[in-house]
Amino acid sequence: MCLAIPSKIVEIENSMAIIDVEGVRRKASLLLLEDVAVGDYVIVHAGYAINKLDAAAARESLELLREAFFKAEDHP
Amino acid sequence: MKYSEEYRDGRLSRKLIDRINAVAKKEIRLMEVCGTHTVSIFRSGIRSVLPETISLLSGPGCPVCVTDQQDIDAFIALSQIDNTIITTFGDLIRVPGTRSSLQREQADGRDIRIVYSTVDALEIARKNPDKNVVFLGVGFETTTPTIAASLISARETDLENYFVYPAHKLVPPALFALMETIGVNIDGFILPGHVSVIIGTDAYLPFFEKHPVPCVVGGFEPADILLAILRLAEQIAEGAPRLENAYPRAVTAHGNARAREMTDAVFEPCDAPWRGIGTIPDSGLRIRKSYEKFDAQKHFAITVPKSAPPKGCACGDILTGKKIPPECALFKKACTPMTPVGPCMVSSEGTCAAYFKYFTQR
Repeated sequence: MCLAIPSKIVEIENSMAIIDVEGVRRKASLLLLEDVAVGDYVIVHAGYAINKLDAAAARESLELLREAFFKAEDHP
Repeated sequence: MKYSEEYRDGRLSRKLIDRINAVAKKEIRLMEVCGTHTVSIFRSGIRSVLPETISLLSGPGCPVCVTDQQDIDAFIALSQIDNTIITTFGDLIRVPGTRSSLQREQADGRDIRIVYSTVDALEIARKNPDKNVVFLGVGFETTTPTIAASLISARETDLENYFVYPAHKLVPPALFALMETIGVNIDGFILPGHVSVIIGTDAYLPFFEKHPVPCVVGGFEPADILLAILRLAEQIAEGAPRLENAYPRAVTAHGNARAREMTDAVFEPCDAPWRGIGTIPDSGLRIRKSYEKFDAQKHFAITVPKSAPPKGCACGDILTGKKIPPECALFKKACTPMTPVGPCMVSSEGTCAAYFKYFTQR
């Protein structure tokens, strides 16, 4: 039910977007979102974009994990 | 940054598994509430790499599986009305009702169409002005806004032949029911990722304040799920339950306010029957009076007799973590994906279907 692959917006016309999901293009409605632009990554559920992925939060959480696991090998 | 590949990094997963092994020393029982988590956990092989101290149980998070038998029978009854096109997500059509299924009705010539989105259902309604088009509204908080959006659009464009049968469900009331009426024996919850995108982590606060059991919102990639399990194991080891967000790239405290406003404009909470659990107060959504002309339940005045779930089927116990599929007498015998007895074997997100496809005894 919850397709989890983030999709990149490549085109917007009115409230419909063309999204790219790992190379496959399909349509998604933008009715449930405010402030989205071409280039944003969104999660699409049942044909509607339901949120914009937060690049800063993604980078920060990955950094924290990598830091905890790879840069501090001697502190298990 | 693609937001997905980074979380499929085997090195990162290996580290997470090592850490889980170091932390999870005593037996713990975790429940993944969301059906997509159940499938991701099986598909990525996470069960086979976790320490034996950790049991993962699936919860009532597959929307098709928790749909009451009476609603399934109502869907079938709707499909039998002349001049009607049923539009639905694919999983529903194979679910056995008391006497038939949508698939059987389709074979008998009824017009039942699988759609990917309510956008497609609206399109079918516009192209068939002389037919009544009914969308079967099944799903949790992630799906409901998409159905609300279709009704708002139908009203704005004066679409007269589009209807929704509301059988939606809400996750937080189900968590209360699991703890209070069912009395599950669970040490921590992996909370759904995309329901949380909409409702935000704050929506779980009333539950967590009343039942301070470790709760972690998780994403769907292998490293996301392992991180959620690690965070739960840490909380349990520390004896310090928290409501944590391990999916911050997608989930915020407040969720998607616009999607919730659209849902609220169209729907209002009501008591709802869940397969295997019974009626949970305020756990469903009915169509508000201002949108009632789109309500298929009212428009077609469907009444179906009360029905019991299939005999011998343990879906109810499986949905509440009381049993795992191999403990059901029908599993892999009378009940297989080709001849499903209960909905948990039908839906691709159903626990029984996932066990059938992926499970091997360790």
